[in-house]
Amino acid sequence: MAATINSEADGNIKESSMSFKKALTAVQPLSLRIVAECPVTKARACDLTLPHCTVSTPVFMPVGTQGTLKGITVDQLEVLGCQICLGNTYHLGMRPGPELIEKANGLHGFMNWKRNLLTDSGGFQMVSLVELSEVTEEGVKFKSPYDGKEILLSPEKSISIQNSLGSDIMMQLDDVVSSTVRGPRVEEAMHRSIRWLDRCIAANKHPDRQNLFAIIQGGLDAELRKACLDEMTQRDVPGFAIGGLSGGEEKDDFWRMVTLSTDHLPREKPRYLMGVGYAVDLVVCVALGCDMFDCVFPTRTARFGSALVPWGSLQVKQKQFAKDFQPIDPDCQCPTCKRHSRAYLHALFKSDTAAMHHVTIHNIAYQLTLMRSVRQSIVEGRFPEFIRTFMKRLFPSRDQYPSWAVEALASVNVTLE
Amino acid sequence: MAASRMKLELSRVVQGNTRLGLLKEMGRMGQHSLDIPGCLLYTHLGTVPHLTQDTLHTLSSLPAVTQVTLSNMAEHQDVLEEFKGGFKKFAGLHDTVLYCSLHDPAAQCPTGHTTNKTVSVWGSGGRIELTVAKFMALQKTAQPDWYQSMADGETWQASASRKRVRKSVDRTLAHLDECLMVHQKSQELDGVGVFGVVEGGDILEERLRSARETAKRPVAGFCLDGFQTGAMDQVLRSQLISAVTKELPEDKPRLLQGVGRPDEVLACVEAGVDLFEGFFPFQATERGCALCFSFDITPDPESAAPDEEQRTAGETQPNRDLNCVDQTHMTSFEMNLKDKRYQDDFRPLVEGCGCYCCRNHQRAYVHHLLVTNELLAGVLLMIHNTSHYHGFFRAIRAALASDKMDLLRRRVLGNGKK
Repeated sequence: MAATINSEADGNIKESSMSFKKALTAVQPLSLRIVAECPVTKARACDLTLPHCTVSTPVFMPVGTQGTLKGITVDQLEVLGCQICLGNTYHLGMRPGPELIEKANGLHGFMNWKRNLLTDSGGFQMVSLVELSEVTEEGVKFKSPYDGKEILLSPEKSISIQNSLGSDIMMQLDDVVSSTVRGPRVEEAMHRSIRWLDRCIAANKHPDRQNLFAIIQGGLDAELRKACLDEMTQRDVPGFAIGGLSGGEEKDDFWRMVTLSTDHLPREKPRYLMGVGYAVDLVVCVALGCDMFDCVFPTRTARFGSALVPWGSLQVKQKQFAKDFQPIDPDCQCPTCKRHSRAYLHALFKSDTAAMHHVTIHNIAYQLTLMRSVRQSIVEGRFPEFIRTFMKRLFPSRDQYPSWAVEALASVNVTLE
Repeated sequence: MAASRMKLELSRVVQGNTRLGLLKEMGRMGQHSLDIPGCLLYTHLGTVPHLTQDTLHTLSSLPAVTQVTLSNMAEHQDVLEEFKGGFKKFAGLHDTVLYCSLHDPAAQCPTGHTTNKTVSVWGSGGRIELTVAKFMALQKTAQPDWYQSMADGETWQASASRKRVRKSVDRTLAHLDECLMVHQKSQELDGVGVFGVVEGGDILEERLRSARETAKRPVAGFCLDGFQTGAMDQVLRSQLISAVTKELPEDKPRLLQGVGRPDEVLACVEAGVDLFEGFFPFQATERGCALCFSFDITPDPESAAPDEEQRTAGETQPNRDLNCVDQTHMTSFEMNLKDKRYQDDFRPLVEGCGCYCCRNHQRAYVHHLLVTNELLAGVLLMIHNTSHYHGFFRAIRAALASDKMDLLRRRVLGNGKK
């Protein structure tokens, strides 16, 4: 983002109520058609139509932080069936900057991606990556890691950058507090996130072609979450994200906050659970009623040689695979598994970065295939059965099932034998 | 019998040296062919650097011969032995001729480790010392279609004495005889071609002796070693190669090791070289550069794109020092996409290029990928550079077929301008 201090914030707050009405009347560039609902759990299968194509949910969205999915071409991603991926506003705002991306016809044009893009607000990176950040009502203040200049990321600035990026789904700037923090700071952040949502809605220059999602905050406090839900669901935003989770909190707290949120979110709008990507979490949270997920884990772990498989993961670089001539997963249909053995990938990791690309392709294929199977089972009315089979395959025995998952599934009427 | 069934059909010989032709009936089933002058597909352990099969096969008309180096492969000997199916199958390579060389032409090989009986290669885990027995055991498990015979090639340094050069020729011939002895007794290697290695440093009489003696052996082709960029200037290289190739039988291919710069390739083709190792595109990729030199020799002056040449000449920083030992330096045949001037340049890497990168992406994007250290930069640059370089070899053959080598040389060197 440009290294100029944005002082328009105050003016925009005053204007916000007017723009809010304007947004209400505009036709949203999003439609959600519920294809099937699980009769047992809260799971649903939907067709989410966005400006660039229709997304089949539940969906996992791979993360392409800097306008590229680590070593994978957009054609490869398309062939894998990816319909939506992420870009990070903080990174792209820094390099190459919103002006340049705008000149390149947005992030779609810059990276030549023909399907949908979702961008985050930049706030999370600021809190997680930048040491000297200070949150005020105005926005998040931080020092640029490139030139040391002080920069303010306000709700207006975040939306302005995301407008330049031209993503199909933008995220509001929220006041992110670590999910392990308790006390008044959590409440303050929740209220501020609501105020910032209104400023973001008012700042959106393209409500006709860019969807703005609200982010439910409130930490691990059910009261605060509920209050946030009550407020935010009164805004006519096209979709909602569940934020402030998957940051190291107890899984028992995590799933309760997720299910509380989906209980109060409108049925006709998409629900995006941020930062979730482990297979178990995906399956359980689909059962709790979430539609969209993102996580860097599958692609990051791939570069370290960790391949995701239905029985967990496989560390290709470990010596035990040096002479293992099977594919990563004999049942997997991805280009890597169709051509290469564990032994070859093990050897290639010592010679070339292409080894990382092979595992990245496999892991994305794994995530997308998992979500397609989940969807299929919902459509065919056998999702509870799918969950049982999935858990059996993933864990060697019943007593290794994580207790939070067992409880969470029981809460939506799925008992694991 | 060590020689394979491979046949070399020459369609044209220009000025007594330069050869245009077709290598036919290559591979165990005899189903492959390769045009010469030609270039092999450079790989790391059977994988074109940065590329998966999907990204590699965005490239049309890939060469029929893939190069793999023993330096990559030697450390996996036990794995390949257990696998039993040979390296091609191990690496998921179907439908290619596999050529196994000793060293990686893009990697500096430390000197001082050869003995009368051994040579050393450097893998990811360090030095591996090879005797003929070990070398041949590797070939038997790898089962390539061609392989370079074991050789003592440590003569490229300017300091190599006449005595050292003579020793390298003697050792290399002795290694060849031993390799051939084992080869002829090995059923696994039936139909596999051995490439004898011509050594001799910068000493003409040793070069001639090495060539004549090697030519007496039942080899399928010849590797010309010790001519790599940095070892000597092009005038001397051309003189020696011309002299050497006159001693070699006409019906066998001559593969030059360690030379990849377009100007040097042209000179070496004229001196009688048939095959080159395709490592140059990889080196350009690693320094964040895109090959952009012109090789268009179509008669229509408008499509010769003089603007493009002007631009290219203006944008690159020429480095025509022929004695430049450091191969990591940028040459005048490429553009440095890390340069800030490309930040907002929305043109393809090379106008009119049909590669996947140029069809889909812009200089500004590749620049961004390079400055943010993204892995996709290597992927896209490797696609473009490989495509451009193999296009250059097609242009060489077209120029030879239509007597336009002078024009091609002018194009490649930037219209004769220095």
